[in-house]
Amino acid sequence: MLRILNKIRQTGLITEDLPREPVLEQVGAQLRAGIARQFQGSLAIRQVDAGSCNACELEIHALNNGYYDIERFGVHFVASPRHADVLLVTGPVSVHMETALLRTWEATPAPKLVIAAGDCAACGGEFGCSYASRGAVSNVIPVDAVIPGCPPTPLALMQGILQALQTS
Amino acid sequence: MSHFDWLSELLARYQDEHILVRRGAATALAPAHLLEIDPEDWGRAAQVAAGYACRWAGVWAEQRDAELMVTAALARDGDHLLLRTQVPLSTPLLPSHTQYYPGADRMERHVQNMHGLVFSDHPDPRRWSRHNRWAADSYPLRKEFAVGSAPLPAAPEQDYPFIQTQGAGAYEIPVGPVHAGIIEPGHFRFQAVGETVLNLEQRLGYVHKGIEKIAEGRDAQGLARLAGRVSGDSTVHYAWSACMAMERAAHLAVPPRAQALRAVLAERERIHNHLGDIGAICNDVAFTFAWQQFARLRELWLRDNAACFGHRMLMDCIVPGGLATDPSAAQIAQLRAAIDPLRRELAALYPILDDHPSLEDRLATTGVLSAEQAQRLGCLGYVGKASGQDHDLRRDHPYAPYDRLHVSSPLFTTGDVAARMQVRMQEILDSLELLVVLLDTLPDGAVQVPWQAPAAGSEGIGLVEGWRGEILSYVRFGSDGRIARYFPRDPSWFNWPALELLIHGNIVPDFPVCNKSVNGSYSGHDL
Ligand code: SF4
Repeated sequence: MLRILNKIRQTGLITEDLPREPVLEQVGAQLRAGIARQFQGSLAIRQVDAGSCNACELEIHALNNGYYDIERFGVHFVASPRHADVLLVTGPVSVHMETALLRTWEATPAPKLVIAAGDCAACGGEFGCSYASRGAVSNVIPVDAVIPGCPPTPLALMQGILQALQTS
Repeated sequence: MSHFDWLSELLARYQDEHILVRRGAATALAPAHLLEIDPEDWGRAAQVAAGYACRWAGVWAEQRDAELMVTAALARDGDHLLLRTQVPLSTPLLPSHTQYYPGADRMERHVQNMHGLVFSDHPDPRRWSRHNRWAADSYPLRKEFAVGSAPLPAAPEQDYPFIQTQGAGAYEIPVGPVHAGIIEPGHFRFQAVGETVLNLEQRLGYVHKGIEKIAEGRDAQGLARLAGRVSGDSTVHYAWSACMAMERAAHLAVPPRAQALRAVLAERERIHNHLGDIGAICNDVAFTFAWQQFARLRELWLRDNAACFGHRMLMDCIVPGGLATDPSAAQIAQLRAAIDPLRRELAALYPILDDHPSLEDRLATTGVLSAEQAQRLGCLGYVGKASGQDHDLRRDHPYAPYDRLHVSSPLFTTGDVAARMQVRMQEILDSLELLVVLLDTLPDGAVQVPWQAPAAGSEGIGLVEGWRGEILSYVRFGSDGRIARYFPRDPSWFNWPALELLIHGNIVPDFPVCNKSVNGSYSGHDL
């Protein structure tokens, strides 16, 4: 136990300030304000992998590590679409996931935001449209914002979520 | 021991069984050994190999005019033997390998769904990769099937006949395809009594993206990009394996510096995934301290990737002919300087994991896969190594630059979640050791030679030891340097079925940690 406490003490607080960019600082402040105004201070995201290669998921996971700690902005990931304000969708929509994605979207209470994360979700990416892929998420459900990148970095994901709120 | 010294004995057994073997093109797919056999001997050839301790390592097909060319991979002591045969499209029938090798079950059904090749005595008649969005009598990898064919109307995957359980107190839990966490989609069907799992059945294929089909017609660079996205967490190993196959087909030698740097990328990929998995396994038994600590170490590691190779996950760094970029001396020094701090961190963290009572309580004796089960399925990577299966290509059949390195590989026999975590812990230390040697002895020179497309019909095989286990890639070129066939075989094909076995008798709440300890790739399997 002592070892654990020691390690925690030595590690200290690693959560980083957002980069000292005026735009981002502004967006950061606006995010908190926006979430406070639109979502009572708490934004619930349901992530849906609709066919991704799984690298987008790794970067979304990283949002929860101590450096980014996205929960400090009131953003948290939930297990059910019924609890979600936002669907964060990755991947080209595989034909086999099309029905599941539609049902998840239908299960999400309005008003709902859909953010397409990653090049695949934005435009089909390396997989495009085929017998097995519907390509961009917007080919299947209405999309409010896209976050480019393959995969988008955690910082790009944060910025994208903030900006999606701003424009909503 | 030299390579293939077991082969003559197998050939003698084939002769005893009157299996006619043609060895005309034996070295066409070096370092694998190619044998052509008659379709009617297909089943018996596998039966004899199974009795001779060969592991089954995959099957794939390709339409060649009015025939299907079918190739199956067997392996022993790190050497790969390829069996090949042809069947006419008019009667595409072949005996199944599944009764001798249960790990062949799903891949044969995949080939059946994709090519319309019927494995006549296959024990499971159900579809696998097809989810009712293309017709039962059309096959995406046949030439007449257009890549842009419109899918059948969307319908839920409802008519798949899952195994049923009946009896007092037995109930079913369907899970997925959309799961509760930030993970890939797939369907799990549990049958339980009280908290105890009686049976688990997986239904995968939800992220099938038509990778094999859209690979056709790409140039070499395009294939490398696609390969790097078959399973994004293994982007380095997939790109390496595909490029290795293409370079062998083209008889192209990669410069020594590029070979060494490819291994640097590969070991860095192994480390970041293992760090993430160890934290996630601990998190699944509510030991969040370890989760945060390992997530922190992983993040620092990824930032060094970005600083030195321009991409956190190292995508698109490996290209046909070598590497896309050459890190500077300062960047190499940065990579070297990151090793000792990570070792110190692990030296502080590992003892905590080793004797934390609540971890031991939840991880030891949980989700046990016996050595016999692992051997029958042909389990690879940490799943195999935790259950006594001592396979590691970097040591058993080393490819450059591992041929000049000493690779050690951990081996456990308890087969539980704890062992699968311990393999990862040891492999991180071993990879750090390799990185020291690789970075300290990095050759000078170019990191790329110009790509030269080979003649139509050239084929090659790529074999690398990914962080999940062996990845096998087959490539054949058509005309104009375009890809005619690409098939990458993920180790998850063999490790996913292991999860169905190792969960038996465990409690439902232990499923997440058992699943995480196996961490199969959905995308790599679903293609
Ligand atoms: S955008 Fe890139 S990382 Fe994300 S799913 Fe597509 S290929 Fe993978």
